[in-house]
Amino acid sequence: MFTQQLINGLTLGGVYALIALGYTMVYGILELINFAHGEIYMLGAYLGIIFLAFFTAIGLTAYSLPLALVLTFVLSVIFCSAYGFTIEKIAYKPLRNAPRLSPLISAIGVSIFLQNYVMLTQGATDKIFPNLFEKAGIEFIGTRVTYTQIFIIAASAVLMLFLNLFITKTRMGKAMRAVAQDKVMASLVGININTVISATFVIGSGLAAVAGLMVAVYYGLVNYSIGYTAGIKAFTAAVLGGIGSIPGAMVGGILLGLIESFSAAYISSEYKDAYAFIILIIILFVKPSGLFGKTQEEKV
Amino acid sequence: MSRFTASPFFIALWLALLFLPFKGFKAAGILFIALFAAVSLLKVFKNYLNRDSDHYFINILRIAVKIYGRCPYLKLRSIALTLLISGLVMALPFYWDDYKIDIAVLAGIYIILALGLNIVVGFTGLLNLGFVAFYAIGAYSYALLNTKLGLGFWASLPLSVMLVTLSGFILAIPALRLRGDYLAIVTLGFGEIVRLVLNNWDSFTKGPNGIGGIEPPHIFGMQISSLGHFYYFVIIFVLLAVFIIRRVAASRIGRAWIAIREDEIASSSIGINTTAYKLYSFAFAAFWAGLAGVLFAAKMQFVSPESFTFMESVLILCMVILGGLGSIPGVILGAIILVMLPEMLREVQLYRMLALGSGLVMLMIFRPQGLLGGKGVSFRS
Repeated sequence: MFTQQLINGLTLGGVYALIALGYTMVYGILELINFAHGEIYMLGAYLGIIFLAFFTAIGLTAYSLPLALVLTFVLSVIFCSAYGFTIEKIAYKPLRNAPRLSPLISAIGVSIFLQNYVMLTQGATDKIFPNLFEKAGIEFIGTRVTYTQIFIIAASAVLMLFLNLFITKTRMGKAMRAVAQDKVMASLVGININTVISATFVIGSGLAAVAGLMVAVYYGLVNYSIGYTAGIKAFTAAVLGGIGSIPGAMVGGILLGLIESFSAAYISSEYKDAYAFIILIIILFVKPSGLFGKTQEEKV
Repeated sequence: MSRFTASPFFIALWLALLFLPFKGFKAAGILFIALFAAVSLLKVFKNYLNRDSDHYFINILRIAVKIYGRCPYLKLRSIALTLLISGLVMALPFYWDDYKIDIAVLAGIYIILALGLNIVVGFTGLLNLGFVAFYAIGAYSYALLNTKLGLGFWASLPLSVMLVTLSGFILAIPALRLRGDYLAIVTLGFGEIVRLVLNNWDSFTKGPNGIGGIEPPHIFGMQISSLGHFYYFVIIFVLLAVFIIRRVAASRIGRAWIAIREDEIASSSIGINTTAYKLYSFAFAAFWAGLAGVLFAAKMQFVSPESFTFMESVLILCMVILGGLGSIPGVILGAIILVMLPEMLREVQLYRMLALGSGLVMLMIFRPQGLLGGKGVSFRS
């Protein structure tokens, strides 16, 4: 029971962490809670189903399953990144100098739009992701771990590692950190802020797409409304770790996954979705800066 | 390159490509043509505006906007028009069928809700995304008091409203320590928790099945059960809300709220107790949401958690923003538009949320102050 919940929690946590990274990166740079981020994750799950169905229809899946899966993966990520890029250009860029709550309301608008956009084009009923991997897995200290779970945990770990390398080692990563610290100073030393912001949205959306795909494979069911709950939970994870902090989002995501899985198992599963909110409210009251965040002084 | 990427052709192609996987080639093709036409037109119009801004057509537009900007203010104050409007409002039930009156009653309830939310968001500048929680608490407390304890409408009303105001205080005391968008998220969480509790506490709230058989109100021993009577009943409460909120907004408290909205640090430095006034604002807004909730429960004679989702909070917020933050006539107009419009456009109802979403984005970009909003309304965190 305990190890089972641990594995479930880690799987869930990996997914939350990947979405939380997008929230935290955007917040770090624009100080905007990107409400539409959860919808990008939902789009990722849908695009995965759509592309896989397309490849099955043209016979690629029968010819080579791994090739079809890799193509599905790559295409979904590219499309989601493009969506993230476009959303920023249309809904947030014109509001960059507007009062702070304007982009937040605009983001809520985007979120409503995307949910209904998918509902109208893909139908309101659940979509089924083809069960490709059966429920195969390995026995591990008396616990069944499916290959999907192993894949999710491994893939999130690898992606987080790469993101960390990207942020700390590359020129673009450095530029991102500079813009997060001070936009004006960064532009004075020759950093193109628009490019950096676009890059942030592209990377964040790509990570959300991966999370969406993995959830589609894991649960086998996708609905147009999954983005909202997942988005709120991932946001909670980002706040738990300290919003704006990338390692914080990773730790926060995994912690939240574990908390949710254990409390659903040991306390009550009826309130499964409420735990995230309760944790969120508690953190915001007790330590709004989160585990890894820095407290910000309010400036006049 | 940037000239090419900004061309209507490229924009339309890009968006159509994004749309492609969701509905196939044919729909994407149609979308491409529609977008190409729309973006081109927009471009032409924009060029036209930029090239000769002294053009007489533009001047007419400008004057029209000016008149439009002043009109509602003058109109609403002119007695003749007020009388006309009130006469119309009073006479409507005689000409309308039940279906239309039903929508009008709903619009009245939403007006009270939107006026309440306007106190927090419009006057005080605090974004509350869980406003529907107070509405839910109001509706459920009347439902429970009535079905479990047998209390009537008039006995339950003060109790329910007091309970809601108290819950507004309880949420506000800790929440107000937070800055702008964090506050928004905490209120959202509060709204969700309330809904989840209503949904899962089966023994008390009957869970997703909801509570039925709620008694409609009585006046002088007469039961208000027909829709026409309920229409007038709701109008009395709407007028009460408008009157009281206007008076409070013009008072010392209201002016303190607006000062906090405009600059919190400056207002605290001139001696306004910002925490206390924010608290009043939260509780006062919750009061109206609770009243609306009681009315809703009395009208529907049935409540279930389905009526109190996050989308409902967003819808109320849209009413406030569409009408104009901080403007009472604006908020009333916003509520009426957003309740009536989807009913009038029944055939395209599927697209109503789509339009609501994109409408919010466009409103924020092109007219953040809303239809009747005044100048100087700004959010600060």
